[in-house]
Order: sequence, then C-alpha cells, then structure tokens
Amino acid sequence: MSKPLVSQANYEVTTEKVEPLQVLAPDGTIVNSDKMPNLSDDQLKELMRRMVFTRVWDERAVNLGRQGRLGFYAPVSGQEASMIGSEFALNKDDFICPGYRDMPQLVWHGLPLYQAFLYSRGHQHGGQIPQDVHVLMPQIIIGAQILHATGVAMAFKKRNQPRVAITYTGDGGSSEGDFYEGMNFAGAFKLPVIYFVQNNGYAITTPYSKQTGALSVAHKALAAGIKGVQVDGMDVLAVVQAVTEAAERGRRGEGATLIEALTYRYRPHSLADDTTKYRTKDEESDWEPRDPLTRMRLFLTKKGLWNEEIEAQVKEEAKATVAEHIKKAEETEKMTVSGLIDSMFEVTPSHLEEQKQAYK
Amino acid sequence: MAQMTMIQAIKDAMRVELERDPNVILFGEDVGHVGGVFRATEGLQKEFGEDRVFDTPLAESAIGGLAVGLGVQGFRPIAEIQFVGFIYEALDQICVQAARMRYRSGGRYNSPIVFRTPFGGGVKAAELHTDALEGLLVQTPGIKVVVPSNPYDAKGLLIAAIRDNDPVFFMEHLNLYRAFRAEVPEGEYTVELGKANVVREGSDVTIITYGAMVHTSVKAAEEIEKTQGVKVEVIDLRTLLPLDIDTIVTSIKKTNRAIIVQEAQKTSGVAAEVIAQINEKAILHLEAPVLRISPPDTVYPFAQIEDAWLPSPASVIAGINQVLEF
Ligand SMILES: Cc1ncc(C[n+]2csc(CCOP(=O)(O)OP(=O)(O)O)c2C)c(N)n1
Repeated sequence: MSKPLVSQANYEVTTEKVEPLQVLAPDGTIVNSDKMPNLSDDQLKELMRRMVFTRVWDERAVNLGRQGRLGFYAPVSGQEASMIGSEFALNKDDFICPGYRDMPQLVWHGLPLYQAFLYSRGHQHGGQIPQDVHVLMPQIIIGAQILHATGVAMAFKKRNQPRVAITYTGDGGSSEGDFYEGMNFAGAFKLPVIYFVQNNGYAITTPYSKQTGALSVAHKALAAGIKGVQVDGMDVLAVVQAVTEAAERGRRGEGATLIEALTYRYRPHSLADDTTKYRTKDEESDWEPRDPLTRMRLFLTKKGLWNEEIEAQVKEEAKATVAEHIKKAEETEKMTVSGLIDSMFEVTPSHLEEQKQAYK
Repeated sequence: MAQMTMIQAIKDAMRVELERDPNVILFGEDVGHVGGVFRATEGLQKEFGEDRVFDTPLAESAIGGLAVGLGVQGFRPIAEIQFVGFIYEALDQICVQAARMRYRSGGRYNSPIVFRTPFGGGVKAAELHTDALEGLLVQTPGIKVVVPSNPYDAKGLLIAAIRDNDPVFFMEHLNLYRAFRAEVPEGEYTVELGKANVVREGSDVTIITYGAMVHTSVKAAEEIEKTQGVKVEVIDLRTLLPLDIDTIVTSIKKTNRAIIVQEAQKTSGVAAEVIAQINEKAILHLEAPVLRISPPDTVYPFAQIEDAWLPSPASVIAGINQVLEF
C-alpha cells in the first residue's frame, strides 16, 4: 500500500480512494459527530431557511425564464447544500469569485436579489456589486474566475488580512487549464484560497466518467501541492465543516484547499437543454433520497427546531421576496447604448464620444 | 538629464512608479532575481523586495488572471508576458477578463493593469518571439494599446500606463531596446496616452507609423528628401488605441497624401483602421489613395528571410513614389 501523500483524516485525499466527508445521513441522523460544525440552533435553522428559500427562488426563476421574463439562467436545485453551506462558512469580508451558476452564494453574501435578476436579464447594474459586498459578478468563461480568486487571495496575503477567497466551478471546469494554473500558483505562493468544485456529474451533457481519468477531482490537489478533500455535497453540515476548516487553514497561513463536493442538479444545465437525452430516470431517482433539504428537515424536526408550519412560512416569505425583487428588476431603468459606451473606460476617449452621438 | 536606452527608460519608469505607489507590483516569468530575459526589471527586486517584484510559475493565463484579481483588490499590477507570441495563452485574461471588467461590473471594478511584452522583428529571434500582434489587441474594446518608439516616450508612456485605471497593453520593440540612447528626464513625467507625435515635418506626403517603423520611415524620408527633394512628414502614433486621428487629419490637410507603414501583416490591422478613419474624416483632402506598406499576409517567417519580409527604407520610398505619381 502506498503512503498517503496528503494528511490522514478520513475524507482528505490520499493516493487511495476515499469516502467523502459526511455529517448528516440522508435519514437525518448525525453519522460523524466529530465533524459536526459548531453551529447554534439559530444558525442551523438559518441554513435550512436559506436552502428552502433558494429552492423556491430557483423554481420561480425557471418559470420566469420559460416565460421569457429572465435571460440566461442556470438552475441550482439539488446543489443548495454545496452552495449555501459553503457561503455560510465564510466571513462577510471573504471574497467570492463565482461561476455562472453560483448566484445563490452571491445573494447570501450580500448581493441584492433584484440585481441577480438584472444580471440574468442582461442589465449592467446586475454586476454593479455594492461596495461592502465582496464578490465578483458570475463568470461565463469556465475557469477564468479561478485565477481571479488566486489574485484576490494574493492581495489578502500581501496586506496581511485574515481573509480568504473562494472560487467555484464544476467538474467540467476542473478540466480547464486555468484550474491547474490557479491551484499551482496557490501552491507555489501558499495563498489563502479555496477552490470549490461542485461535481454534479455532468458538464452540460458530458458525464464525469468522460471528463477525466483521475481518481477524483479532489486528487488534482496533489499535483499542485495544496490540500484536497472530498465532501458529500448534499450534506449541508459536512459542507459547512469542510469550508470552515479550509478557511481556517487559509487564515492561519497554511495555504489553499481544493474541495470537491459530490452533488446533483435536478434540472437541466440551462433552460435550453433537455436532460432526457443524456440522463436516466433511474439515476435521478437514485439521487432524490439524498436531497439536502430532506435530510436537514428530518434532522431539525427531530431536534424540535423545524415543522411544517415554519417551512410553509419560509416558502411564503420566499415567494413574496422573490416577487418583490423581480418587480424591482423589471422597474429598473433600462440600460442605454451611451451608458454602455461610457463603461468601456474610466474616461471615455474621443473616438467613443463621437460614436456616442449616434445614440443620443 | 540622463542618456538612456529604451530598456533603461522602461526600467526607470517602473522604478519611479514602484517607489511612488506601494500598490504597484511587478511580476512575470524570470523578472525577479535575474531581472527578466532582457534585464528590463534588473535590480528592481533587490530594491523593492520580493513582495513587490517576483517571479511566477510558468503559466501565462495565470499571470494575466492573477493581475485581474490583484487589480480588483486595489493593486496596480505590471504583468510581464515574456514574449509576444505567448500572449495567446493569456488572451482570455487580457482581452476578456481585464478588458471587460469595467463593462461587466457597470464601473464597480476596473483593471488598472499594464501588460508588458517585448515584440518586434529584425532580431532573428525564435519563432513566435517577434510577431506584431497589436492588431488582435486593438480589436478589443476596453483595453489601450501602446507602442513606444524611443526612450523618452517609452518612459513617459509607461508611467502614464501604470497610472491609468484601465488595462494597457504595452508593446516594447526588441530591436529598439538597445538601439540608441536618448535624453530621458530623471524622476516622473508622463506622455499622454492617445496623443501621436509628429517626429518630422514635411509638406508632400505623410507617413503614419509606430514602433521600429518610425525609424525605418524617418530614414526613408531623409533619403528621399536628399535624392528627390520630397518633403515627408512622419507621424509616430505612440498609442494605437485610442488612435489620435486629429493629428493624422491635420497632417493630411497639409500634405494631401499618406502611407501607413507597419510591420504587422497587411490585412485588417492598424493600417486598415487608420485608412478607414482617414476615409471618414479627410477623404476630400486626398490626392491619392492611402497606401499600406507592410509585410505580406503570411505567418512571420523564420529568421533567414526576415529582412526581406519586413518593410525597409527602400520599400517605404517605393510607396512614397507610388502615391506621388498617382
Ligand atoms: C471556456 C468555456 N468553454 C465552454 C463553455 C460552454 N459551457 C458552459 S457550461 C459548460 C459545462 C460546464 O460544466 P461544469 O463545469 O461541470 O459545471 P456545471 O454547469 O455542471 O455545474 C460548458 C461546456 C464556457 N462557458 N466557457
């Protein structure tokens, strides 16, 4: 048996196959109390509230998208534990560099919801992140954001700030050159950055089995000299724990972590794609019992922290909030071509001033 | 004032800015301890420390992306891409990520980055070390493109570029690095981005050019004045984006004839853009079509035929005669 290259704890990546970190089993029982994150009852409820809220928001967004009231929208249902748990483990001044699907993390980190809808509708104001919200707008070029997080983390390190940067991509994104370049830089410079891969099994239609020959995505950390761990991405408590540990490592100056979260997305890649062409019903029903909301609901109910009434109330609140923010997005003044022209440079050069005249 | 080569002037610009602003940082492949393959950064790590001037692993996209992330956090990165042909590896980060940051974020974030890269033919370098790729960049909205032709401009333009809050692609011609010395002021001064320079006055033909071709053009101008008495005005563009069309139009109103000399291949590049703008702004002042003097549309050739491939004073003179005889 070869010697593990990274450290020995059960879910950390070694040269052998590992079991992903799990805290909460699908039936809502705690299976790994050593790794139970240190959260108050209120925080546990808040995690659940955010997941329920996000699912309502996602359902509404998919419907609005189908009605043509949103632009590009990438569904998230199924991935709530990965998205919400990972953001929950951060401090407010930690920095998020998201991919196109990672809107929930931005919103829970402080981006006003109506701006998320504006972003989807192709309005520039969607990307005008408020000063005290530490995120970039979602990235379309897969992998590019991984390098931005690396640069942001280097800035934190240079200024001796106890902050970390986190960046998200999918299993497909972990094949991009930028993914390797970023992790390698983080290894070389020992940067406080977390590379969070949501492995939902598919890159559009390409299954994970055709994505790589690697034992796991998490194993890719070995080559970069950073820590790699695998986590049950349907288990919000495990995700909170894994990211908390990674963030603490970063803040302690111990460098970067690659976290592979094993998750599943119920809906298609985008509203334009048809999952029946490449996924089976069996596979989908296989994942359903592992639903992140279900197991958290069972867990909280047993603890007496949750019930149907609370859930109904959260759903109502979510519906009302989403509606209000959609309205606000729809009422926001339209972008103009001259405004667009003025956003190219800090001071608009004369040739652009001239081109603007046509749009007055 | 000191006498400096262009590479000394470039280093001096970075030194002045590293000293003035603690947010300026400099990185790339081999730029630290050794000071870069051309010694453009020699001594800067020693003076400013490894925190400010450092070597990166070998990965151009990451160098570009690191600059974008640092820029978002308020640093002012000077990122060196070791040779121009390697920018393809980083084009997403340069042309998409840095150049679109202001647009994508509705002005919330910017990219105060200078991407420095050596380029330029006539030095018999290895393949992909010399190509004139400015045409790729000038098609990119949101980035400025600068090509200095002499030590004074190089320093002033580079300081202006470092202080600019938008990304600047700064191209340093290999053949000019140590070609000659010129007077360069100590300390700080800027040469405004977007302003061309009339380097030689004349009344018969205007040559519009940049980089090393400024010198080829001036040589041609001197020769044709001596042999044929033709008075050629030479404009050094200095900045390709924004382009200083006003200076060009003023000159054409005087000379009524123009040629563009560039060392990039002919099709769809800077020369084509300059001609398009002349058509829009000064066509009634022209006595002849504006001509492009450039290499043919081939890949940049291996060293053996480089000299025959690049524009020369003789090919520039032939071009001048063509527009004079039209
Ligand atoms: C550089 C780049 N190549 C291709 C695409 C088109 N594209 C968009 S999403 C996607 C699949 C991404 O899969 P994955 O990283 O697994 O993320 P998921 O959406 O499954 O979470 C592709 C190929 C892109 N946006 N950027």
